[in-house]
Amino acid sequence: MSDSIIIRDARESDFEAVIRIDEEISIDYLGTVVDKKAYWREIFDYYVLREKDKRLFLVAELDNEVAGFIVGEARAWEFGSPLCGWVFAVEVSSRKRTRSVGQRLFTEMCSRLSRIGVSTIRTMVDIENKVTLSFYRSQGMRTGRNIELEMPI
Amino acid sequence: MKLTKASLFGLIAVLELANAPKQQISTTDIADKYGISTHHLAKVMRNLVHHGLAQAVRGVGGGYTFTGNLKRTTLLDVIQIFENLESVLDMPNHFVTEGGPIIAELQSITTEIDNLTKVVLETITLETALKSAMRRSLPVGGDAAKP
Repeated sequence: MSDSIIIRDARESDFEAVIRIDEEISIDYLGTVVDKKAYWREIFDYYVLREKDKRLFLVAELDNEVAGFIVGEARAWEFGSPLCGWVFAVEVSSRKRTRSVGQRLFTEMCSRLSRIGVSTIRTMVDIENKVTLSFYRSQGMRTGRNIELEMPI
Repeated sequence: MKLTKASLFGLIAVLELANAPKQQISTTDIADKYGISTHHLAKVMRNLVHHGLAQAVRGVGGGYTFTGNLKRTTLLDVIQIFENLESVLDMPNHFVTEGGPIIAELQSITTEIDNLTKVVLETITLETALKSAMRRSLPVGGDAAKP
């Protein structure tokens, strides 16, 4: 694939593009837009605007627009685990799929986390989200050591 | 989880064919490589053809070619041709009703395990499985160690 994809740190000016992509995906999966602006505002404040030696919010530019993004962080002792990387979100515009955008974002995230001492990367995905699960597996991820448990209260 | 022989042979055959999509591969080639029954594999191949994952090529040098979708077909798709993965509690006496809540709980647990198994198999495409297999064949310290 000869697509020219640029991976870079997110900037404040990417906020609207991130919202747009998230809404696109929301429509794809839920058939409706879920208003998550407040959530993304918090994420931007924490991952984009503050010091970010261990927090990463990367965007992919393709065809002169933001085509996708990935958010991750290096954290130690979360759930008792020594330092590892957590990926909280990876989203690619449905109009830019199958052009290796997600793969490039994920590879760059692994590379950046590796440079700050991370040797294992983790994530959690909804059991029904087969597209994202398949994506992570295609990148080499497998069921890990932690099992997510839950109950209604 | 214990796969039936048919499922296991089906997975092996599909992955072998998918790994060489332009080649015709005979049942004997696959059976010899894995030390499995040619007769049993031949039956499995007919099922794969019936489900559109392989095509028989007749004549000298004939065999089978892969006709599935490498990026879309999952391991679960192949397994479900041969078996369903629902666990069944094999109670010796199905007419006993007093143990209802215990049996229901055990059934619920086996369903939870089944669901996890299915999700794993449903999210591994043939392409991903082949890619992982190729990584295993790389020397230690090579690209295999990289994400």
